Amino acid sequence: MAILSMVSAIRATLENEMVRDDRVLLLGQDIGVNGGVFRATEGLLERFGEDRVVDMPLAEAAIAGSAVGLAMSGLIPVIEFQFLGFGSQGFHQVEGQIARMRFRSGGRFPMPIVIRAPFGGNVRTPELHSDSHEAKYAQVPGLKIVMPSTAYDAKGLLAEAIRDPDPVLFLEPLRGYRLQRDEVPDDDYTIPFGKARLVRDGTDITLIAWSAAVHIAEQAAELAAEDGISCAVLDLRTLVPLDEETLCEVVARTGRALVVHEAPHTSGFGAEVIATLQEEVFYSLEAPIGRVTGYDTPYPIGAIEEHYIPNTDRVLAAIKRIVEVA
Amino acid sequence: MKMSREVFPPAVAPDSPVSVLAGDGSVPDGYVCPISDTEVVEAYRLMLLTRIANERCVSLQRQGRLGTVASAKGQEAAMVGSVWPLDPALDWVVPAYREMPSMIKMGFPLARLLLYYRGHPLGSVTPPGVNVLPIQIALAAQLPHAVGLGWGLRQQGSEAVVLVYFGDGAASEGDAHESLNLAGVRKAPVVFILQNNGYAISTPTSKQSATLSLASRAAGYGFPGIQVDGNDLFAMIDATREAVDRARTGGGPTLIEAVTYRLGPHNTTDDETRYVDLLAHEAWRELDPLIRVRAYLFAHGLLNDESEQDMRDKITEEIADAVAEMEAVQAPDPVQLFENVFATLTPRLEQQRRSANMSREGA
Repeated sequence: MAILSMVSAIRATLENEMVRDDRVLLLGQDIGVNGGVFRATEGLLERFGEDRVVDMPLAEAAIAGSAVGLAMSGLIPVIEFQFLGFGSQGFHQVEGQIARMRFRSGGRFPMPIVIRAPFGGNVRTPELHSDSHEAKYAQVPGLKIVMPSTAYDAKGLLAEAIRDPDPVLFLEPLRGYRLQRDEVPDDDYTIPFGKARLVRDGTDITLIAWSAAVHIAEQAAELAAEDGISCAVLDLRTLVPLDEETLCEVVARTGRALVVHEAPHTSGFGAEVIATLQEEVFYSLEAPIGRVTGYDTPYPIGAIEEHYIPNTDRVLAAIKRIVEVA
Repeated sequence: MKMSREVFPPAVAPDSPVSVLAGDGSVPDGYVCPISDTEVVEAYRLMLLTRIANERCVSLQRQGRLGTVASAKGQEAAMVGSVWPLDPALDWVVPAYREMPSMIKMGFPLARLLLYYRGHPLGSVTPPGVNVLPIQIALAAQLPHAVGLGWGLRQQGSEAVVLVYFGDGAASEGDAHESLNLAGVRKAPVVFILQNNGYAISTPTSKQSATLSLASRAAGYGFPGIQVDGNDLFAMIDATREAVDRARTGGGPTLIEAVTYRLGPHNTTDDETRYVDLLAHEAWRELDPLIRVRAYLFAHGLLNDESEQDMRDKITEEIADAVAEMEAVQAPDPVQLFENVFATLTPRLEQQRRSANMSREGA
């Protein structure tokens, strides 16, 4: 067992999976000689060669689109959008092609493709590097969405993603790449999709989050505990498939809930979570469900981004507001 | 129809396009036909089948028995000539949405293609062993698929070549640039067949690009490009065969611009009389690709009125059989909505499928 950063855990998993299955190949920008701009593929070119670690032209649609053909040829492409924000320039290939090819070909052409992309704020990137686009992709049928919050989960979920027979969008929080360090077993393991993680249990309110926002929720829960409020924290881990069973069970038990995400408020995935809870556990609720999210503004430039991203103060205030309802 | 001559003769680069088969069926002295006499007859038969089938499809659409159909009329030589050099057991065709004869030549059943026009989901399901991708509706989106497929097959030791179709309109898409560029970088065994049929729905090629040769773009990607008379079966076979051989032996991609003309509307929802140039249209009728091959066959004693009539009768019968087969296929079961979204349904999809079943059964 070693303490690994999230990016190290991702790198180790890519290496393990490439050893395990020689059909796996990596496509991306600067992933070869440079080892990726975040070093997620460091050393893999030397180990596996240019056929399996491919520095691609700077063209997201060609990266995603050629993965379709590579998958048809019998390979398992793991592609990297250098930043999720730039993935929009290949979005049509993900939405219109990768995600629906199994469906429209009646199963003749499954798409075992993983799309890795770092995203999220608070690391002072230039414009368009930090946007949280998960809800946009959640509107794409045929695509799974995985958003780990820990290095341990990143390893198990990425291994699961690469072995999954369908396309998976695997989103990696920039903020957690080096800051997030966990005990990560050397042994091979996978974490099944659609199994939320109860980070901490509580009795008064459930905080629901994914990716880097899980840690904001955890910190807010600590602070709330000092005020005598007992918060459960639920990490969804995967948005598609969604672990509705655990979500509903925990929220029904606490009777109150708050969703925390970094993406903009309107039509964020929090809206989907809350709609689901309304449908399933309405009669167990003691108070309206709240949201603490990014604002409906373009993602701002670095010097003011800390005012955009949900922080513990905003989450704590929302917790108190909801708990005080009844 | 407009009465100007602004789009005829076709705007092409000097010395282009390559052409060998004249309207009277003659070829230049010393020219060696690229395929055997028997194959010329077979190629003509496929062109004729395409012409008759497309005309039949338009009728069926008017009768409400088919949905939207994009006809191949006028482009038969560009399609048949380009697919002819492929080995259907090894190579792949990546179509756009108009390439009926290319799909048939590779083994895609006509009845199944008709199902696509009918709106039946089986229409985009390629039977096992047939190397054809589903019809692509998003313009140029199929191009990177072809590049990845060719590259992946080659990397795994195959000698397969991938032939991909797109048009003058699709050539303006970003995916076209990204794919041509990537194909050059990867030396992918891909033959790009750009059918320049004069119009993207109503927009003439002159409004897609200022170049006189879309094939000339290949130079910017580091591989050969050639502008070919797309209504010339032999010229298309020659050019494609050379490109296929180059791709198969590791020489990388080729861009072939087939200069052709859509002898009809974009599809059954379109009215081309709103925008086509009447004089150009009439001129292109004389350049009908079927006329030239037919003249060649008659001149060489490979076809006569009697054998052609026999060919037409058999084709008509074949099409009638395909239509009957298409109409005998049951309407899709609504539950098919939930099949092949994923290998295994997510719990949420499973729940939706259950509730959909309930409402369908009135339970």
